[in-house]
Amino acid sequence: MTKALRTPRGLITAILLLLLAVLPLLTQALDQRYLLSIGTRIVIWSIAAISLNMILGYGGLVSFGHAAFFGTGGYAVGILAANGITSGWIQWPVAILAGALWATVIGALSLRTRGLYFIMITLAFAQLVYYVGAGLEAYGGDDGLNITRSRFGGMIDLRDKAAFYWLCFILLCATLWFCGRMANSRFGLVLRGAKANDLRMTALGFPVFRYRLAAFVIAGAFGSLSGILLANEGAYISPAMMSWVKSGDLIVIVVLGGMGTLFGPIYGTIAFFVLEETLKPLLDLGHRGWGEYWQIVFGPMLVLIALYARGGLDSLLGRRHG
Amino acid sequence: MDYLLLQLLNGVQLGLLMFLLAAGLTLTFGIMDLVNLAHGSLYMMGAYFAWTLIGWTDSFVAGAVLALPATFLLGLVVEALVMRRLYARDHLDQVLATFGLILFFNELVRALWGPAGKSIAVPAFLTHTVEILPGVPYPAYRFAIIVVGALVAVLLAWLVARTRLGMLIRAGASNRRMIGALGVDIELLFTLVFGLGAAFAGLAGLMAAPLSSVKIGMGDDILIVAFVIIVIGGIGSIKGAFVAAMVVGQIDIVGRAFLPDVLKAFLSASAASAAAPAISQVLVYLVMAGVLVWRPTGLFGQRT
Repeated sequence: MTKALRTPRGLITAILLLLLAVLPLLTQALDQRYLLSIGTRIVIWSIAAISLNMILGYGGLVSFGHAAFFGTGGYAVGILAANGITSGWIQWPVAILAGALWATVIGALSLRTRGLYFIMITLAFAQLVYYVGAGLEAYGGDDGLNITRSRFGGMIDLRDKAAFYWLCFILLCATLWFCGRMANSRFGLVLRGAKANDLRMTALGFPVFRYRLAAFVIAGAFGSLSGILLANEGAYISPAMMSWVKSGDLIVIVVLGGMGTLFGPIYGTIAFFVLEETLKPLLDLGHRGWGEYWQIVFGPMLVLIALYARGGLDSLLGRRHG
Repeated sequence: MDYLLLQLLNGVQLGLLMFLLAAGLTLTFGIMDLVNLAHGSLYMMGAYFAWTLIGWTDSFVAGAVLALPATFLLGLVVEALVMRRLYARDHLDQVLATFGLILFFNELVRALWGPAGKSIAVPAFLTHTVEILPGVPYPAYRFAIIVVGALVAVLLAWLVARTRLGMLIRAGASNRRMIGALGVDIELLFTLVFGLGAAFAGLAGLMAAPLSSVKIGMGDDILIVAFVIIVIGGIGSIKGAFVAAMVVGQIDIVGRAFLPDVLKAFLSASAASAAAPAISQVLVYLVMAGVLVWRPTGLFGQRT
């Protein structure tokens, strides 16, 4: 533990996690409530990015439909809440199960394909979920639906912004812990082996398809968890939370942070949100009103990242050993 | 019966528009092995160029004809600046970079043309209806789209199957390195094909504009449908793209035209009209999933 802290990577990661842990205290001291809401979104999106990284980073499977799991989690909570079931003890397990089930179905179908076909079929399935959400007139259709937040029988009040933030943060730590254990387990090593050379892994006798499907289902379950949190953060669900642009954003975050690294998705999420929040005022400095067009700068940045910065932010922190 | 015929024609018209978009996509993927998410942005730029040029020239035909070389040139610039560096990279890099291009173009349009949508009027000489069968009128503009789309499809088929350029394109699709080694200027070929695909996308965008509107992000949703089409048809296959575009066009129109009436049998009227477009979209994706389960490389794709 102390040894890990001596490397720049370990030190910076520890400082970041510490900052995230005490963020509500900081924002209260500085009287910046807006920062806490950005922080909450960063933590929730980190969970989603870590879950995508399980299949994209460790498994090498370019899934372009991960935002669908925002939808399965969010809509499971929203639909149950709209029907009077507001207990989180029921909602959350059902929502996670829904995400895992959906991941089983689309994983079983998509993993039969390769390359561009895989990218496109995952995108198509996510669009399918999107249009189902948009067609659910009883649950808001295109406009979305205001929902009541999950209730945990007095144990925690999700309307309390700081309490909700800490709940998200604890869940982020749990997700990190799980992902770290998974990546270094036999299961994770098979998954990473299949990314490097799936023919060889098959020849060695590993049922690659089943390993990938299992990873897909786990990623779907954690993705759904982030959807649950996202729905509770705004007390609102809408098809927009699972639009294909969000799936693209998640890929950007994972690559930006560093694929197949444990903390990369968190660096990526922080960088993504910080860029969004700083590019706007920076451009406004140049000329009033330009801030609205921050994506004119952000778009070409993505092109440059894709061309020249494959290792992501994680690689800036020095070479990894092992 | 007449209603059915009209809807079938609408399906053909939509299918041809999507074929124009899908053709460029399937060519760039088949030959350059490039996933270009920004293809929809070229569709959008075609429509915006046409809107501006129609304003300048005060003529739909002149504006539309001038918009084609404009999108072609834009395609050449995009290819030279970005795409050329992406051919040898893996799909993830291509997805990331072209996703960045989409964000860029959408914001660029917002900055240059403003956030409000524009409309292009149907040209005066095409506002009447034509009788496709005695006693069955059909809007002349939609009919013109069918004619132009069919002409371009035939032209493309001729280009790919009968000309030297088409021969190089087919050779490039099966073995890029080999035709490079045989002395063909492969970079020039790639640039030309990309520009051609861009011009087709622009043509589809400007022809679709009078039927809906010219707006930011107009190419994004239709791009996904175009990808679905080339995946169903088999990536790299022009014939596959054509067949799949026709199928998807029919599904979409049938879903919009007939599903509401069917749904009204067991849903309220408003719920039925809200659910029908969603269901027809879902149907398109289900067809694609079905095709890929049955044939993982699409209807006319190369077996691996």
